[in-house]
Amino acid sequence: MTLNPEVDTAKDIRPDRGPMFDADEERRARRKRTEEIAKYVIPVTVMALAIFFWDRLVVWNEIEPYVLPRPGLVLSTLIEDWETLSASLLVTLQITGLALLVAVVGGVGLAVLFSLSRFAEMSFSPFAVILQVTPIVSIAPLIFIYVESRLIGLLLCAWIVAFFPILANTTLGLKSADHNLRDLFTIYRANRWQRLIHLQLPSALPYFLGGLKIAGGLALIGAVVAEYVAGTGGIGSGLAFRILEAGYRLQIPRMFAALILIAITGVIIYATTSLIAHFALRKWHESALKRE
Amino acid sequence: MTVAALKDREPILRMQEVDKTFSGQVVALRRMSLQVNEGDFISLLGPSGCGKSTALRLIAGLMPPTLGRIMWEDGEGKDDIGVVFQEPTLMPWATVEKNVYLPFRLRGQSLRSVRDRIHEVLALVGLEKFGERYPRELSGGMKMRVSIARAIATNPRLILMDEPFAALDEITRQKLNDDLLALKASTGATVIFVTHSVFESVFLSDRILVMAARPGRVIEEIDVTAPYPRGLEWRTSPRYGEIARQTSDALNGALHPAGGLVA
Repeated sequence: MTLNPEVDTAKDIRPDRGPMFDADEERRARRKRTEEIAKYVIPVTVMALAIFFWDRLVVWNEIEPYVLPRPGLVLSTLIEDWETLSASLLVTLQITGLALLVAVVGGVGLAVLFSLSRFAEMSFSPFAVILQVTPIVSIAPLIFIYVESRLIGLLLCAWIVAFFPILANTTLGLKSADHNLRDLFTIYRANRWQRLIHLQLPSALPYFLGGLKIAGGLALIGAVVAEYVAGTGGIGSGLAFRILEAGYRLQIPRMFAALILIAITGVIIYATTSLIAHFALRKWHESALKRE
Repeated sequence: MTVAALKDREPILRMQEVDKTFSGQVVALRRMSLQVNEGDFISLLGPSGCGKSTALRLIAGLMPPTLGRIMWEDGEGKDDIGVVFQEPTLMPWATVEKNVYLPFRLRGQSLRSVRDRIHEVLALVGLEKFGERYPRELSGGMKMRVSIARAIATNPRLILMDEPFAALDEITRQKLNDDLLALKASTGATVIFVTHSVFESVFLSDRILVMAARPGRVIEEIDVTAPYPRGLEWRTSPRYGEIARQTSDALNGALHPAGGLVA
């Protein structure tokens, strides 16, 4: 088929695309379709290639498995040790999930309190900042001395790391309502509560969801780091403990398997929070809009 | 409406010698007096910084006057105002219907009880089919119509409009001017309209307050004695040109005090 529009226009004019449809537009549409496919194909291909070269690197250089295992060995270890690893994964997931939940409730609650009372903000925000800027690894040992329950200790550590972005973002969001809308609410005699529910919280939603994306990853980091500090010991050990344990025993393939599980968990958390943000905002917010 | 009818109108609001000073030194408004009667369409016309928006914010109760008094005849009118800002000022997260519902919602009325009224005002501004849409799906002119629908929905005693059409193109603007007059005719609303367009003020209002800057003040009051409804005929009539000329002269006096119009 020739692309010369003078020859082919008559044939190309389709009622569903309108009379403006021409070769140039078709080219653009095709490029868009290609991009649509490439969006998925390229990352997958590159990832597969990277794994392939990892494998070749080990084989060609005859690297011992206790230095760098082949990807196949990591996979088979993952399957063999699935019982132990999955139990640990569950523990890490629980701590991460719970910490994130408490961070959301605490962060949003504190942000609302701050927006309702300047005094509360002045009194408590220094504590929030101090907790945030002090590295969690340096606080964690104290926490594990003071807190009896290991689970609560881990939860506390993960929460400290995760809650700040939610607090900071939501506080900013609650203050970011359009000033004309605020005037409008004043003119309509809205009370504090109505203002919060109908104006400030919806305005803060995009900010909160941005904070949630960051907090999701941080909760996982917090959970893992805290477990390193808590060290070995006791029941209900998470993935970080498995990595430590495998390290002591020089079970490098197992270390890789646990590491991969943590990475996958992080990616899934990020994807989930992004999806939540997308669905919550797609109707109205600039960040979720498609431009033609 | 005739001039005689003008005089029969009930006063609803009085501004008496109102001053507004910011930070103790910037005089935004000096000695402004104004009587607003039921059914008036008053334009505040002037250059930037003449205090016309300040006057509107004072009337809306968004800030108190530094000196002077603003009195509602029935004592409670300030709870009954509709406002249209220069931007449409819609809640982006809410549909058109929910945006128009806002003033009712803040009064504690259920959506069900006022849905008919919401559809009625949306029909008045020509958007009856757009209730379920989100603001981002609408053009600038349509958003402004939603904003107007929201302002008139509760049948307020007074509607304040702060350069509502300034950001729109000329064609949309003329259309909305026509529609605004039709709306006013059908609802009998009282409007105070801030603008920096001579032609808009002459076309729309029955009274124009020409204002000057530094300090912000009213320098001339011009009655536009032409009957409503007004349309293309009014816009092209010699009388319209005459008043526009008179208004422009007053405004020029405001911009160039050397012209001698300012005492």
